[in-house]
Amino acid sequence: MESVKLKGGSASLDKVFKIGVTIAAMYVLVVVVLIAVQLGSGSYQIWAKEGISFLTGSDWNAVHGRESFGAAPYIAGTFVTAGLAMLIGLPVSIGIAMFLSELAPKFLRTALSFVVELLAAVPSVIYGLWGLFILRDYLRNWIEAPISSTLGNNVWFLSGTPFGLDVFTASIVLAIMIIPTIASISREIMIAVPNSQREAAYMLGATKWEVFKMAVIPYSKSGLVGASILGLGRAVGETMAVTMLIGNATGPSAFPSSLFSPGQTMSSIIANEFAEASQGTLHMAALIGIGLILFVIALSINVVAQLLVSKVVKAHEGAIIA
Amino acid sequence: MKTTLLAAAFMLLLIVPASTLHANAQTSGQSYSITGAGSTFIFPLMDTWRVQYNNLHSNIKLNYQSIGSGAGINLLEKKTVDFAASDAPLQPDEEAKAPGVLTIPDSLGGITISYNIPGVAKGLKLTGPVIAKIFMGTITTWNDPAITQLNPGINLPNQKILIAHRADGSGTTYAFTDYLSKVSTDWKNQVGQGKVVPWPVGTGAQGNAGVADIVKTTPYACGYVELAYAYQNNFTYAYVQNADGNAYVEPTIASVAADAAQAGSNLPPADGDWSKVSIVNQPGANSYPISTLTYIMVYKDMGQISGETPGRAAQVVDFLNWIIGDGQQYATSLLYVPLPDSIKKIDQQGLAEIQFNGSAVSAVPEFGPVAALVLAVAVGSIILVSSRTGLKLAPKL
Repeated sequence: MESVKLKGGSASLDKVFKIGVTIAAMYVLVVVVLIAVQLGSGSYQIWAKEGISFLTGSDWNAVHGRESFGAAPYIAGTFVTAGLAMLIGLPVSIGIAMFLSELAPKFLRTALSFVVELLAAVPSVIYGLWGLFILRDYLRNWIEAPISSTLGNNVWFLSGTPFGLDVFTASIVLAIMIIPTIASISREIMIAVPNSQREAAYMLGATKWEVFKMAVIPYSKSGLVGASILGLGRAVGETMAVTMLIGNATGPSAFPSSLFSPGQTMSSIIANEFAEASQGTLHMAALIGIGLILFVIALSINVVAQLLVSKVVKAHEGAIIA
Repeated sequence: MKTTLLAAAFMLLLIVPASTLHANAQTSGQSYSITGAGSTFIFPLMDTWRVQYNNLHSNIKLNYQSIGSGAGINLLEKKTVDFAASDAPLQPDEEAKAPGVLTIPDSLGGITISYNIPGVAKGLKLTGPVIAKIFMGTITTWNDPAITQLNPGINLPNQKILIAHRADGSGTTYAFTDYLSKVSTDWKNQVGQGKVVPWPVGTGAQGNAGVADIVKTTPYACGYVELAYAYQNNFTYAYVQNADGNAYVEPTIASVAADAAQAGSNLPPADGDWSKVSIVNQPGANSYPISTLTYIMVYKDMGQISGETPGRAAQVVDFLNWIIGDGQQYATSLLYVPLPDSIKKIDQQGLAEIQFNGSAVSAVPEFGPVAALVLAVAVGSIILVSSRTGLKLAPKL
């Protein structure tokens, strides 16, 4: 083979390159550490005063001389809204992805995929305003009011006075927001499944559903978990739309005890109260403390996702070898 | 080689003062940019002031950022703005962090109890304790005896009252809870006063506009919104019993001004302690009780603001004097309440105290031409030196 002569290549340049990219990579780590340090020092005051009861308490009183803070209702609110959004959004998203990758005729496939990508790029404030001005009235008059007047007194999670600005509306809009994100990534992943897998399944006489079950799903499992986690991440961290729709209760009444009562999430209470909280007060420390909890939760979700994905991949590899 | 180095050093010596003088020539010339930050409530009026003042003085540009009262005070504590605007006075802990701040009331606001009861016009009569009970959740329906008793002849429905309140920290909440704490000991003990309070019931919305939207779109809703928002949305609002207890007063620009005029004689001087100031529930048959002041906060010694010059400080004082004087004429058309004379007087006395590093702020010295001359001399000598030494600017490779 003819040897290739590289122009200008040298050991020292290579070293510079190595240091350069290392610094670039370190940037990510430094930012994460700085965020953690900043959140920790900013919220130190609240941990010193409330201790662990900041996580479990439900008081939220910023009135001068009566300060008392607990983040439990907002942690619960975040999990309930994100959970409901996933419950509604995930099956729809996977359905969209299946249709687009396997069943749709070609002309529909391109057009619909484009629309899904487009929806994924709509800013959250648009979804929030649409929810606040349009969807809210329909949900209140057509769904919440009839359900609440028939079942409200007997079923605890349907009690409350329907207002349209509550856990239910926020979860619905969150679901609508995460569907395009999960669907578009899931579609890419399903498309990436080699055709040989599908053909093999068809050759065995599998129906369309069986092809999904035998060939597509096992092959794309880890990717689908990843896509869902991305959707979950968006739902947990979503601020603007939720703040507009969840009703923004504080204190014990913010516990998401009913679908039709106002609640609050971690990101929405920060968005609501941060601008008017004075520097150095316990109120400010409490809000930063909620930021720290949110940060830790977001980190844990990602770590769990990584573990899940790697586990699925391993099992999958094992299956192929066996 | 030696001469080159010497010449380079000499050039540096000249460039440094020349460039700072040049910068000075730009900032202390004719144009000034005044910075302020804070209250969102005052923003529409502040923006009108900005435009009108710029029409009179084309060299003055105001940059006002409506980022919220608390955030404005934070910037004032950091000394990065000329003035802050806030809907609540400085609290003791804020005063401690920003000593020597003057409190200058710049406008007034009234807070309406707006409701959306189909078939019921404006003018539902309410007393302070009843309002407190409604917002505490002890009165839950519109036909509660406490309300119907005050309103004989009005057919009130047996419907739940849906409370809307502010979710964001707000000067409107501060003033409203100030009123409720004054008229109800239950409210004072169980909820209290602040920009954010632990609401026992209700749905939170962002901003006056958010609460207004809930009241507008939700039958049987009730919320507290600023006068301007209630007027703009054609809301039905309650007439509130005055402090004397002898009349139910409609919230109007005149009735809010009447309340503030009563308060004017009891206010502290601009450099006094304003943390306890409240103008709610003043005596007088025509005083609307839920009224509030909104303030501008400015350092008594403006020299401590970073980047402040005596010239700019003088312009800030001129501008502030204008808004509490001629500027007040723009308030009414935007549904703000103009300051009564008693409060204007406090403001003028306060603004007269403003200093720059210990000396009174006065007419602006003209640095512009001097700086330009020095700059010209400096550039000339640089050219001279480089031609004498034969210094080449590009380094040899």
